[in-house]
Formats: sequence, C-alpha cells, structure tokens
Amino acid sequence: MRETYGQTLLELGRESTDIVALDADLSRSTMTQLFAREFPGRFFDCGIAEQNMVGIAAGLAASGKVPFASTFAVFALGRCFDQVRMSIAQPGLNVKLVASHGGISVGEDGTSHHAIEDLALIGSLPGFTVIIPADAIETAQAVRVAAASYGPFYIRLCRPRTPLVYNHDYSFNLGKAVTIRQGESATVIAIGLMVAEALKAAENLEREGINCRVLNMPTLKPIDEVAIINAAAETGAIVTAEEHLEHGGLGSEVAQRIARHYPVPMEFIAVKDTYTKSGKPGELLQRCGLTAKYIEQAVRSTVKRKVTQAV
Amino acid sequence: MSLSKSGDALSKTSAGTNQAEAFSLSASMMEMEAMAKKLRRHIITMTGKAGSGHPGGSLSAVEIVTALYFKLLRHKPLDPKWSDRDRFILSKGHAAPLLYATLAECGYFPVDELTTLRQLDSRLQGHTDRTVTPGVEMSAGALGQGLSFAIGVALAGRLNLQSYRVYVLLGDGECDEGQVWEAAMAAAHFKVDNLVAIVDNNRQQIDGWNRDVMNLDPFNKKWQAFGWHVIEVDGHDLAQLIDASDQAKLIKGQPTVIIAHTIKGKGVSFMENNPDFHGKAPDAKQVEIALRELD
Repeated sequence: MRETYGQTLLELGRESTDIVALDADLSRSTMTQLFAREFPGRFFDCGIAEQNMVGIAAGLAASGKVPFASTFAVFALGRCFDQVRMSIAQPGLNVKLVASHGGISVGEDGTSHHAIEDLALIGSLPGFTVIIPADAIETAQAVRVAAASYGPFYIRLCRPRTPLVYNHDYSFNLGKAVTIRQGESATVIAIGLMVAEALKAAENLEREGINCRVLNMPTLKPIDEVAIINAAAETGAIVTAEEHLEHGGLGSEVAQRIARHYPVPMEFIAVKDTYTKSGKPGELLQRCGLTAKYIEQAVRSTVKRKVTQAV
Repeated sequence: MSLSKSGDALSKTSAGTNQAEAFSLSASMMEMEAMAKKLRRHIITMTGKAGSGHPGGSLSAVEIVTALYFKLLRHKPLDPKWSDRDRFILSKGHAAPLLYATLAECGYFPVDELTTLRQLDSRLQGHTDRTVTPGVEMSAGALGQGLSFAIGVALAGRLNLQSYRVYVLLGDGECDEGQVWEAAMAAAHFKVDNLVAIVDNNRQQIDGWNRDVMNLDPFNKKWQAFGWHVIEVDGHDLAQLIDASDQAKLIKGQPTVIIAHTIKGKGVSFMENNPDFHGKAPDAKQVEIALRELD
C-alpha cells in the first residue's frame, strides 16, 4: 500500500507540475521519498512539525497547487486536529492528507503510534472525503481519484503488506461500496485490512451454511447509504469490521444509517474502549478481536438474533 | 484619490483608468492618516453595534493594515481572486473588524455591510472566513495558523514563477503558539523571501501584559535566531511601516519580520493599553465617547 502510494504520487508528479508533496520527517516510511527524489523542488519536508505542514499545505492549495501531505495517521489528526479543521476543512481547500500507519497493525511501536481514533476525528469534519483502501490496487486508484477531485481528502493506509483483494481490472468508484462476495444470510461491511479477514470469515461460514455477503466500504465519507440499506433489507443482519475504535468509525456510521432506515441486528468488530499495547501486528489484531474468527462469531450472533427477532 | 465612500478609490488608480488592471492605491500620507481615523471609527461603530468583538487588537493594527491596502499591496478589489495579487493574510483573525472595514473602504464590498458584523447570515463573521467574505484570504481565529498558511502561499508563488508578495499579520500574544515557531523555522529553512511577517506588538493579551502572562522577550532575538531579517518600527508610523516593507523587498534568501510596536486600543483613551477591550465591545455611551475622540 505505502509503496503503491509513493509510486502513484510519483506518477502524478510526472503528469502535472501542480502536484506537490509534503512530509513531516517520515518520507522513508510514508514513501513520499520516491516523489522527493525526482522532484526535490516540489517536495517540502517540514521536519517533525505536523501542524506547520498542514498549514503550508493549505496555503499551497489556496494558491492552486494540489498538495499531498503525509505522515503517520496518529499524527496527521491527533497532532493537528485544529489545523486540519480550520486551515483545510472549513475553507474546503484542495489538500490531500494521505496518512500511513493507520490502526494497530503498526505493531511493536505501541500505543503512541496506533491510530485508532483518526476516522472518528476526520469523520467529524464536514467536507472531508475519507477513503480507506483495502489493498494496493485500490490505493493506487484512490490516490488518483483524490488528485483529480477538488476538495479535502483523507486517505488512510496501513503499515503491513496487505493481500490483494482485487484484480487488476478493478475500478474504484468514489462513494460506492463494493460487493466482493455475494450472500443472503448476513453482510459483513469491512474496511482496510479487515476486508481480507471478512473474506476469510465468509469462506469459513459457508461450511456452516451461512452465506455471508462481504461489502467493502472504501469511501467512509460520504458513505454509500444505498448499499447499507440494501444489505440490511436483503440479508437482515450486519457486522462491521474495522481497525479503529468502536466509537466514531465505520460501525458508528453504518449503525446510524441502519437505525434511521432499516433496523436489523448488528455487531461491531472494532477496538473496544481501550489503549492498545506493543506486539506483533498479528498478535495485536488477535488480542483486539480483529480477525476472521471474531467476525465469524459476530455473524453467527447476528444471524441468531435475526431468527429470534423474526419469531 | 477620494476616500469618502466605497469604490471611489478605484476610479483613480496609479495604473490609470482600467479598474481591472493591477494597481496599488498609492494614497498620500495625508489620505492614509485620514483613512486610519476612519477605520478606527468603523471598528468602534461595528463592534458597538454587534455588541461583541475585538476592538483592542483591531485598533492597534490600523496603521499596519492601512499602509498595506492603501499603499503597498497590488490588488484588485473588483477581482479578489486575481492570481497575481499580493496577499495579505490576517493570522490574528480576531482583528476581523479592521480587515472588514479596510476591505469595504477599498471597494471589495459595500461599506453599508459593515453594520452586519457578527449577525446571523452576515458575510462578516466574528472571525475571518475565506469562504464568505470577498478579499479574505484565510479562515482564521484559531491562533497560530497564519504563518504556516502564508508560507504555503509564498512557496506556491515561487513554484508558479509569480511575483506576488505575501504579508501576514500576527499578534504578539499569538506568538505563544508553538506552531508560529515551527513556521518561523520552516520559512527560514525554505528561504521564503517573498514573505513578510508583521507582528502587531501591542504587548498585551487577554489575561494582561505579555510579560506577566507569557514572556516573549527577547522577541527580536528570537526571530533573528530563527533566521529572519528583523526590522523594528513604530507601528503607528505609516512612513516607517512603508519604509520597512520596501526594505524587505531587497532582502533575498531569508524572510523578513517587521516587529511593529503598537498600543492596544490605540486612538481611544479608555481602550489604550487596556486588555479589558481585547474581546469586549464598547457600550453605547462608550461608542459615543470614542467617536468624539476620533472625530
């Protein structure tokens, strides 16, 4: 994902001189270094000063440039929420915040580096488009769509290499959910790393006779309400899965639509109300209940409730 | 140049007759002095009518903003988005009444509109909002963000080979914010020499004198240490402000900061050096007295 971002940004840089990039001393990790090497004059390393980076990006955008500003997700919003709010979001400026290292799959660096609140924060800002790609193929397309669409974007990437969910003929549509597996018994709506886990869970559940629909929701905002309502109407049970706190992320967004338009049993696969610890990514995902196994349990539970409620 | 009502200034530009042409409002010293007084009256009237707002830090920066808009800036009030305009970025967004009064007097919008300050559906928000007010470059009010924004604007000018200059007005109290110094470091690092920061150094903030709340001294040495060319002026002396800005144009390879020594509430006796009027509007009686003093 990160390599793909770096490569795509570089390509965009070759296509237009209006593309500029900023980083906060993490260009080797966010992979903006690929752009920096070829276009040193259009790259601004702001040092370990994210607030200033956000402000400079806003000023560049206000003057016709298309700035891509990158750092770790935990700093991109946690460190400079007010700057993102007032310098970018309120004026609706054309800044692309591409945050790497989202979620807990950052691993050993621990709590200080685990972005588990970023989607709640960015989702609270009117005007921002929020994208969480599921794999490298979607990342490349999302970055291109962000560059081509006017307005503030937040794209959240994760640190580990992720399995490919899509084929190369996939076409990302902004604001549209993608049904990547058909099913009638229940729907798992997932984002990011959890999409691959949701697919695993769906395969396992099939052996039990539960046909699980898997919906990827790459655009968290504006969210695809129609897909959510259809999933509720057609499958009668919803499980959300995200590498984020239960509060304020995908689960909350989906639950609001379900509550308003089509109430059905729901479960939430997410980090519970806690701070996480150091560990290997796999260990942490297991510890926080963010694996296929837990998704399967949640699906069984909602399916059971669906039957009970129907009776 | 007539300064009597909105739009008149446009009819006599230094460039000639075409209102759409690049120009600066080359006002005379006497005209600018009259304008400064007029802007002060607007500030009092506007905040008095609104019943809230920030007169103190608006009054202290009157000469700074007057020198910019009526002498230094190349701008087109009828074409606020003109790509080659010099930019003025108000980082201390609470001085919005001053900026609004100035923009109106330049002809960006009708002077009559000034009385709508802070009202529901007004284009004149309590703090500046670039999405609604013609001529406002930045949505400010959350302090400390303007210098970073200004660097971005200046860098874009450099990348686009545009010759515009960027002026950003900071409050001295605002310089408590860490982001200001992140930006100060970056501006010098990126050698942004088309950028001038002006500090309205009125030495007061909401809770009192800076030196008691959060000491900024030695202020000039801080900027020097961060790599800036520093000029100190009497911030109520138009000639000094203009000279300093002209001098800044000659400084290459580094940004310039003009530390403008000012008096908070300048021009109104009971507001001068009185932090009570940082964020409090004058009542009807006080408006009357203030306007008499500014007659």
